[in-house]
Amino acid sequence: MSSFSELRLDGVGRRFAGKDALVDLDLTIRSGEFIALLGPSGCGKSTALNCLAGLLPLTAGSVWMDERRIDTLPPEKRGFGMVFQSYALFPHMSVRRNIAFGLQMQRLPRGEVKRRTDAGIKLVQLEDHAGKLPGQLSGGQQQRVAIARAVVLEPSLVLMDEPLSNLDAKLRLEMRTEIRRLHQSLGLTTVYVTHDQEEALSLADRLVVLREGRVQQIGTPEELHSRPVNWHVADFMGFRNIVDARVVGATGTEAEVEFDGTRLTGTVAGGSAGVTAGISTGATVKAAVRPDDLRVTTGAGLEAVVEVVEYQGREQAVEARTPGGRALHLRTQERLAPGDAVRLTVSPERLLLYPSDAGSAAQPLVEAGAGT
Amino acid sequence: MTLTAERAPADPGLRHRLAERGVDRQLLLLLPAVLFVVLLFLYPFFYGLQLSFAPAQGGPFASYIAFFSDSYQSGTIWITLKLALPAALLNVLASVPIAYRMRGNFRGKRLLTILLVVPITLGTVLTAQGLRNFLGPNGWFDRLLGAIGIADMPQLVQNYWGVFFSLVITGFPFAFLLILSYLSGIDPTLERAAATLGADWKQRFLRITLPLLAPGLATTFCLTFVLAFSVFPSAVLVGDPAGSTRVLSLAAYQAAYEKFDYSLASAIAMIMGAVELIVIGVVLLARSQLYTGTTGGKG
Repeated sequence: MSSFSELRLDGVGRRFAGKDALVDLDLTIRSGEFIALLGPSGCGKSTALNCLAGLLPLTAGSVWMDERRIDTLPPEKRGFGMVFQSYALFPHMSVRRNIAFGLQMQRLPRGEVKRRTDAGIKLVQLEDHAGKLPGQLSGGQQQRVAIARAVVLEPSLVLMDEPLSNLDAKLRLEMRTEIRRLHQSLGLTTVYVTHDQEEALSLADRLVVLREGRVQQIGTPEELHSRPVNWHVADFMGFRNIVDARVVGATGTEAEVEFDGTRLTGTVAGGSAGVTAGISTGATVKAAVRPDDLRVTTGAGLEAVVEVVEYQGREQAVEARTPGGRALHLRTQERLAPGDAVRLTVSPERLLLYPSDAGSAAQPLVEAGAGT
Repeated sequence: MTLTAERAPADPGLRHRLAERGVDRQLLLLLPAVLFVVLLFLYPFFYGLQLSFAPAQGGPFASYIAFFSDSYQSGTIWITLKLALPAALLNVLASVPIAYRMRGNFRGKRLLTILLVVPITLGTVLTAQGLRNFLGPNGWFDRLLGAIGIADMPQLVQNYWGVFFSLVITGFPFAFLLILSYLSGIDPTLERAAATLGADWKQRFLRITLPLLAPGLATTFCLTFVLAFSVFPSAVLVGDPAGSTRVLSLAAYQAAYEKFDYSLASAIAMIMGAVELIVIGVVLLARSQLYTGTTGGKG
């Protein structure tokens, strides 16, 4: 398979029956990179993957492999490997024949097909199951066959569509490590679709966060984790507490906000001039904080009453309600019980302030259904 | 343990044990079907069977000997097979590409399906009548060909072809509907996976779809074959009932209601059943060699 140094998506878009599923996706993938497309269901991430695979024609834009345009090629001519959410193993073929299928399609010599199939089976440790049909394998084993089938071709790009979502929690963690190990040892350029931010953060070199078909942010796990560009991304990256607050004073990168009668200092997030423009005295902003960064204090702080306590080993996950009726989530090592009155505080660099987006059509419910 | 055993009355214990083996009151729901099979199938079958071995003259096998020693009679087996086998095969083969194209949803699918399936509702007599009007001498087809200057077309009704067309018209909708449902049961992701592995459409069809569809094709072939094999009205109405389309059912009818030889008629019916069973047996034997497990789809 031809390799590349750069795969470029140029304004890629896809409409379904007059509705945009993916708009103006620009992305340059470098050889060897592990990219995660991340977003809630319906955000367009699978559409993007299928467009890349050639299974869906584009309605806008183009895809370039170095200087070669590939978005007009049918899937079988692109030489990409794909791992499907449902695995899509051929049910009438043994594990061995599944893995050999792509090699046979390339009309490679019999000896080479056998050698590379054996290597593929060994890679995913299925030597004892090579003669079985997919229906006789467990979910994790089927997943490994699907991965082996895609990578034995040594494709220039591997596409994975939520490959772990059908596995149970324990197996998911194991396979996650397995996929990371495979990527490290084979160095295959990978585009990985998931709705699980933890999975994306732990696997990818770079993340692309999508929302309603539009790219929200592209960055390293570190950037995404600590500096989401807007409150939607923050919401998706685990900032479980996102509340409306009123700005009472802004000083450069920091601002003081009032929420439920309490004043808190936070950091103006986003950074670009257009974004900070929304943060001025009197404006309503979105204040975002992770449950881990909300601390119980004996000093001054936001008053709240503990409502629900979940045991999580060393820590407790607590839902507390403010006098204004807002539910807040925090994790703490202190032993709290429902009914306890607590005061909460957060360090200014961990409270991120975002302008409320007036322009956006859809305003997802913050804290939707969070135990309330 | 003792306490439980003492408290539990003996009767529910027995009832429970029977229920574990599938014996409970729901079994009564099977009664109508069992009655139906016994009264309308098993009884006539065994009655006919014994009748075929009880001819008016001669030994118990006299009716069979009479059938096989008279080539005018025994030839009907070959005549019937010559009609039913190609018609069933054509119905299956023609349905595959159409059903393949009609998987998934598209505009007008419902209308197209209705058009393809309408012949089921027509019944053989109406179909035969239509064929005579359309393909017969001075029919529309004949006049159309005449109008564009083609004359002396071979005759298309009152012979083998008339019956063949009628079998295709009435058998195709069955084959199509069955194959469409078999095809919809195959997960379309499998073909997409094959595409990403470098298989072009021919390879995808031959190596993925066809092997998964083959058991369904075998079953469909059997069903349409059975339908075609018992052809009777069209063999008379659009065929050549004295010669090239003198099928088994016609021979049985003539034996019973023209010669009043019920034993011979029963023997012919038994032979008909045996031939069908042989063909189906061969097809199902071949089918058992195929992969018949899950096909990953909603079917």
